[in-house]
Amino acid sequence: MLNKYPMWKNLMVIIIIAVGSFYAIPNLFGEDYAVQVVASRGAEVTATTQSTVNDVLASKNITVKRSELENGQLLVRVANGDQQLLAKEAIAESLGDKYIVALNLAPATPDWLESLGGSPMKLGLDLRGGVHFLMEVDMGEAVRKMTEAKISDFRTDLRGEKIRYAGIRNSAKGIEIKFRDAENLAKAERFLKTRGNDMVFTDISSGDSYFLMANLSEAYLKQIKEEALQQNITTIRNRVNELGVAEPVVQRQGAERIIVELPGVQDTARAKDILGATASIEFHMVDEKADAAAAASGRVSPSSQVYNRRQGGQVVLHKAVMLTGDHIQGAQPSFDEYSRPQVSINLDSKGGSIFSNVTKDNIGKPMATLFIEYKDNGDKNPDGSVKMQKIEEVISVATIQARLGRNFVITGLEHSEAQNLALLLRAGALIAPVTIVEERTIGPSLGAENIQNGVQAMIWGMAVVLIFMLVYYRGFGLIANLALTANLVMVVGVMSMIPGAVLTLPGIAGMVLTVGMAVDGNVLIYERIREELRNGRSVQQAIHEGYGNAFSTIADANITTFMTALILFAVGTGAVKGFAVTLMIGIATSMFTAIVGTRSIVNAMWGGKRVKKLSI
Amino acid sequence: MFQILSIKGTINFLRHAVPISILSLVLVLGSLTSLATNGINWGLDFTGGTVVELEFSSPSDLEALRAELSSVETDGAVVQNFGSSRDVLVRLPVKEGVATDTQVSQVMDAALKFDPQVVQKRVEVVGPQIGKELAEQGGLAVLVALICILIYVSFRFEWRLALGSVAALAHDVIITLGVFSLLQLDFDLTVLAGVLTVVGYSLNDTIVVFDRIRENFLKIRKGEPEEIVNTSITQTMSRTIITTGTTLVVVVALFLKGGTMIHGFATALLMGIFVGTFSSIYVASFLAVKLGINREHMMPVEIEKEGADQDALMP
Repeated sequence: MLNKYPMWKNLMVIIIIAVGSFYAIPNLFGEDYAVQVVASRGAEVTATTQSTVNDVLASKNITVKRSELENGQLLVRVANGDQQLLAKEAIAESLGDKYIVALNLAPATPDWLESLGGSPMKLGLDLRGGVHFLMEVDMGEAVRKMTEAKISDFRTDLRGEKIRYAGIRNSAKGIEIKFRDAENLAKAERFLKTRGNDMVFTDISSGDSYFLMANLSEAYLKQIKEEALQQNITTIRNRVNELGVAEPVVQRQGAERIIVELPGVQDTARAKDILGATASIEFHMVDEKADAAAAASGRVSPSSQVYNRRQGGQVVLHKAVMLTGDHIQGAQPSFDEYSRPQVSINLDSKGGSIFSNVTKDNIGKPMATLFIEYKDNGDKNPDGSVKMQKIEEVISVATIQARLGRNFVITGLEHSEAQNLALLLRAGALIAPVTIVEERTIGPSLGAENIQNGVQAMIWGMAVVLIFMLVYYRGFGLIANLALTANLVMVVGVMSMIPGAVLTLPGIAGMVLTVGMAVDGNVLIYERIREELRNGRSVQQAIHEGYGNAFSTIADANITTFMTALILFAVGTGAVKGFAVTLMIGIATSMFTAIVGTRSIVNAMWGGKRVKKLSI
Repeated sequence: MFQILSIKGTINFLRHAVPISILSLVLVLGSLTSLATNGINWGLDFTGGTVVELEFSSPSDLEALRAELSSVETDGAVVQNFGSSRDVLVRLPVKEGVATDTQVSQVMDAALKFDPQVVQKRVEVVGPQIGKELAEQGGLAVLVALICILIYVSFRFEWRLALGSVAALAHDVIITLGVFSLLQLDFDLTVLAGVLTVVGYSLNDTIVVFDRIRENFLKIRKGEPEEIVNTSITQTMSRTIITTGTTLVVVVALFLKGGTMIHGFATALLMGIFVGTFSSIYVASFLAVKLGINREHMMPVEIEKEGADQDALMP
């Protein structure tokens, strides 16, 4: 019999549409104004914190809609924006500065829906306001650091093997190791080659000068860059958490860029300071043998370097780093007995054992804390990228009194510096400096306006299309309208279901466009049915032929559009990606609703019966 | 049945193909000339620089604000209204040795002098390097899209039709870009998204016509290729008009109601839909006919198989 769907097919249509609609529901509930409490500086958010917060709010007559303790953070929902501000102030005041209290919007999805995995669509920054940064990692610096480490390794290794070399220097082409004779060169080359595949060695001797050139191998270079990027992402993620922003995004883009999105943040200056800051510390031993007068004119042994002291004057330090900031596990700003700011530091176990070893051997000798910071002073490289200025300063020189363990303090800082240094050290140092190459700030009012505009465009476009379809195709028009509505609901549902999908303003445009273009499937089918009817086919045959013939056309047309959307997704960033995603989802759902969904209704209404005339 | 078009018989679309093709060619050449001489007014996304969007509490005095912004750091600022007289957009070019933060705070300082209640609604800062890469990537994206489509259509249809459709797409892209160049409209990332959507949309139209051409070649035994093409275009005409109409309606809604941030996108689509609809007939189909498409080209065995598959898939 013609035009009858088997039960399972009808059921499938119903189930798919029901599931799509179900997951679209959370979007109807909107958002609650909320205050988010996150712990910092060793504190913890517990049930006690929760009850403290509830008590404080009760005493201020602020009604709490719901208070949730999850993943070590507390989310308190209040009635409106005014209450939210009051609540934030009250909570921040009572909890003190061991907690980060931030304003937030929380989806007001009911519990039962949430427990079934329902959550509203994620809104892009252009719809909710906030800051977007695109950061670039200075790979040159990462490589430079690694080269320096290698040079220092060569020195110790060659000395340890008793291979005599005349000098090591870093040239534009690579590391040049100079020897007095061919014999030592050959010995060194043989020995160094056994030390792994990180370096490629070439003999560039000419005449009486014996040189060995060492370069980082391609694979190792790639690995350094990859690690630099990964470590910077981790560090930035930690820092973002320290900032107390709700639902931040930190992800890599390409080989050397990182995207950071901070919804709801308006104070870009502080965010930038914290995210981009590359302050770190290193501990060096002071070179006591250095001649002060010679050092002042810049003449020091190749293994030492002259540094400026923050308090004024200069000091000569050994280049070899005793300990880097990487091993720092925790850092808290505090004050010493003379109420001078200081940072108490505790190290990880590896750092602790390194530190305890070197301090044991150097009791009675001076050790310096070197503060390193990269600053963007507005200079640009010839290729347009930002030139970072490296600032190195010795912040303290102290005599090692005893063997130091995992915990010790650094002094010699200003109060605010101690605060920032503690925060930065706690969140880890950036292995290579980053620069912000793109920054977009969208005000919250503009975000709301964008949503409103998009929704309005959608309502107008949709209304005209629905009315037209109804007037033009009558019965079948009504079915098409059902399909279009189901399609829109399903796009929303699928967008809500996919964890990574974000609704942006162009995304809304994509949905509106889907409404306009989704009609195409229906129009193709209906026009075909009309044509078949005009050609004298019976009603049942016309429906059958109409759907059948239109199918390959619809598939071809949509596959090609899907391809362009996919390309858009691959090259686009942020908002445009959002457009590509909605377009792709829209194409898939509209094909389903237009071809299978409407057929199911058409079959149920007209299929398998004697019908004289179709309402088309 | 209520019909927008009640077509009796076949319209001879291709009769006007020569003069219309010449018009098309003129438009394409004109666009290319404009692109060569005027270039494209690349937006912030591609050039780099700074955009600050401000909302004043009362209508703003642009002249005074311009004068205020002629200091060294913010020299070359473009100040304009958009939307309403209270909304002001300030564009700052990338400046050697000037930090963008300084520029942005100077703009705010200047605006605050006129209106203490001014609101900073949006700030976008893009480095020049990023912009250059984007422009390269964007161009590449359009190219890759065209090549993918060429391959797909060759595979699904036939190379003459594939060439026709890609020519039509290139035609649409060039004319859309040409209009942007001629009117010196801002070309940003959303416009690029618009252009790619035009590619997809225009292809939609072309495929529908081609599908019918293929079917008619197999069904109608007699008739010159030109007649078959005419028949096919006529048969798909009401669909084309309706779909174009509904799409236009929603795009117009986006254009009018969607707000400033997607204005460029809507503009690109608006133009693209017009030229796209038109090119599927007069560029794609006409070129395929000129390339000598005929019945034998439509007889590959796979097509028969496709048909067999369909019934099983779609009862």
